[in-house]
Amino acid sequence: MSDDSSGVRFTGAVCPIPLSDYPTVQLAHGGGGRLSQILIEGMFAKTFDNPELEMLHDGAILRVGQGRLAFSTDSFVISPLFFPGGDIGSLAVHGTVNDLAMCGAKPMALSAGFILEEGMPMEDLWRIVQSLQRAAEEAGVSVVTGDTKVVDKGKGDGIYVNTTGLGIIPEGVDITPLKAKVGDKVLVSGEIAVHGIAIMSVREGLEFETQLESDSATLYPLVEKILAAGGDDVHVLRDPTRGGVASALNEIAGQSKIGFWLDEPSIPLSEQVRGACEILGFDPLYVANEGKCLAVVAAESADKVLAAMRSDPLGKEAAIIGEVVDKHHGRVYLRSRVGGMRVVDMLSGEQLPRIC
Amino acid sequence: MKYIDEYRSEVDARKFVEGIESLVTRDWTLMEICGGQTHTLIKSGVDRLLPDSVTLVHGPGCPVCVTPLELIDKALAIARRPEVIFTSFGDMLRVPGSTSDLLSVKSEGADVRMVYSPLDAVKLAQQNPDKEVVFFAVGFETTAPPNAMAVWQAHRQGIKNFSILCSHVLVPPAMEALLSAPDNQVQGFLAAGHVCAVMGYWEYEPIGEKYKIPLIVTGFEPLDLLHGIYMTIEALEENRWGVENQYTRAVTREGNQPAQKLLGQVFDVCDRKWRGIGEIPMSGYRLKEELDTFDAEKRFDVGHIEAQEAPECIAGEILKGLQKPHECTAFGTKCTPEHPLGAPMVSAEGACAAYYQYGRGK
Repeated sequence: MSDDSSGVRFTGAVCPIPLSDYPTVQLAHGGGGRLSQILIEGMFAKTFDNPELEMLHDGAILRVGQGRLAFSTDSFVISPLFFPGGDIGSLAVHGTVNDLAMCGAKPMALSAGFILEEGMPMEDLWRIVQSLQRAAEEAGVSVVTGDTKVVDKGKGDGIYVNTTGLGIIPEGVDITPLKAKVGDKVLVSGEIAVHGIAIMSVREGLEFETQLESDSATLYPLVEKILAAGGDDVHVLRDPTRGGVASALNEIAGQSKIGFWLDEPSIPLSEQVRGACEILGFDPLYVANEGKCLAVVAAESADKVLAAMRSDPLGKEAAIIGEVVDKHHGRVYLRSRVGGMRVVDMLSGEQLPRIC
Repeated sequence: MKYIDEYRSEVDARKFVEGIESLVTRDWTLMEICGGQTHTLIKSGVDRLLPDSVTLVHGPGCPVCVTPLELIDKALAIARRPEVIFTSFGDMLRVPGSTSDLLSVKSEGADVRMVYSPLDAVKLAQQNPDKEVVFFAVGFETTAPPNAMAVWQAHRQGIKNFSILCSHVLVPPAMEALLSAPDNQVQGFLAAGHVCAVMGYWEYEPIGEKYKIPLIVTGFEPLDLLHGIYMTIEALEENRWGVENQYTRAVTREGNQPAQKLLGQVFDVCDRKWRGIGEIPMSGYRLKEELDTFDAEKRFDVGHIEAQEAPECIAGEILKGLQKPHECTAFGTKCTPEHPLGAPMVSAEGACAAYYQYGRGK
């Protein structure tokens, strides 16, 4: 056992996150960037250490008899609770079923845990529950178990929702973040950064000419088409939620021990989102998506998978945005619009709007 | 996207690069003043398209970076007070003071809020009459007019619970300080287009004459920068000096006169300390005496706070263009965005953050 005085001791172990650096939890620990990664890999994965968790996939893959199940959980603490294109109820379904879909699994059942704040309008709760059920129906899953807790006024943000999902992985499907191979193409299923900018525009009262709607949606129907078109050649799937496309690709690059090369002009981006990002000084590569899927696919099947994506209503703007290279392992490089080159690193926390 | 894509065209970028290659006959060192320009250069990779004989050094134009350490400590002391709602632009929140930063103070329970405009802070003051709302007013001439407007409106509307912690700085005196330093290497400036959009460029004409140096008012898109570099090299090769304007779509010689008038009504020019550089005479703004009830430093009695910079941080050298971020021994090891030793590693306009984030020098 280390004698590091900067670690906090509890039951004989030393906290792996040096206390001298972070004596308290910061918001950035949940931002999907490097601080989240340090917390997850340094504290949680080390402590709970097991082969299923080690994969650090969107969900765990469990063997049950002859079959395989994907198992995933997600908590939703979004503010505002209702936003253009969705609400915390629909988001709670999409977030978890999409994590299952990224394991190649067909979502089967969900649990729903509600932490309610005393004083929350019953009308709002009713709307959220209705929306959650509608989203579950659309995703072809049932909410089969649940839990409710109420906390004192002031101790919650109206409502927090946790959902846990189970899905069945069809035989022959084997998707893991370890499988990206040199020469593979990187595909994205549509315009990026929509959800993050839509939420920010309502949260911060930013007004644009037309209202942006979140892209929150269930991705399994799209994944089914991707798998049907690409089969074994579909190596990795990932929904780039918090931390955006950049963080997701950095994680895959690290796990597959390969490098990514992206082509900036090929990355689908709507005029509105691009404009908002320019104003705020944000890089859309780090902004959250809730209805987009990244696929790393063998080169020979890339066009087929692209066509399959584009045949789905959620994938009309799909594009090939880059490839896997046998260079700068663990890192993502990008060729900019003007023909320059740069690294796309992981951010430490969330992006903050600039001064001028 | 209109007004964006025209300034990011690869074909046109190539033309400017070829133009620069054909002009240049010897080594030249240019400085882009503004941190926003530094980030564009590094993010778009424009600097790597240039011939080796053109060296770009990065200037002090990062508002977050030059805000003195003790001012951040003062901000932290004010933010910790229970009656205060402390408001700031986003990229000030992570900048390290001596022992903490605003985000950490927030996690300890202080009411620290990010705003997009100082006028939002005035609104907060109206909505929270039992609270003291303080806005962290930092930045160059670009951000000074909206901050002046916030004070002006609070004054006119008789809002008593609003104040600003002011650390405004001015570009021309900093340029002179750099040029008059014995170790100066800068032979031409890309002047910050947005500062000039407010102030015009007449103030730079005497500097160009005195130091016989070209100053090219330059915009912020990749092609603006390549064009500005081209114009600077052309002037240097032809032995010309003085001010030229690349950013004609936004800047006139006289600038934004209503904004300048407002600045004159709210602020006086004063000596100002720059983080990493030291005190530069007549290089900042302070509130006029008749408005000093809006001065948070006086309202909260934090004038006595002093601070000592981390000895390992060479931010001063970086901000003066004497060293590049990756030449610092702490770069990427002891100093990272997660554990910044100095402000240039934190800010969206800091040179060290640009080098780190876009993978330079690693």
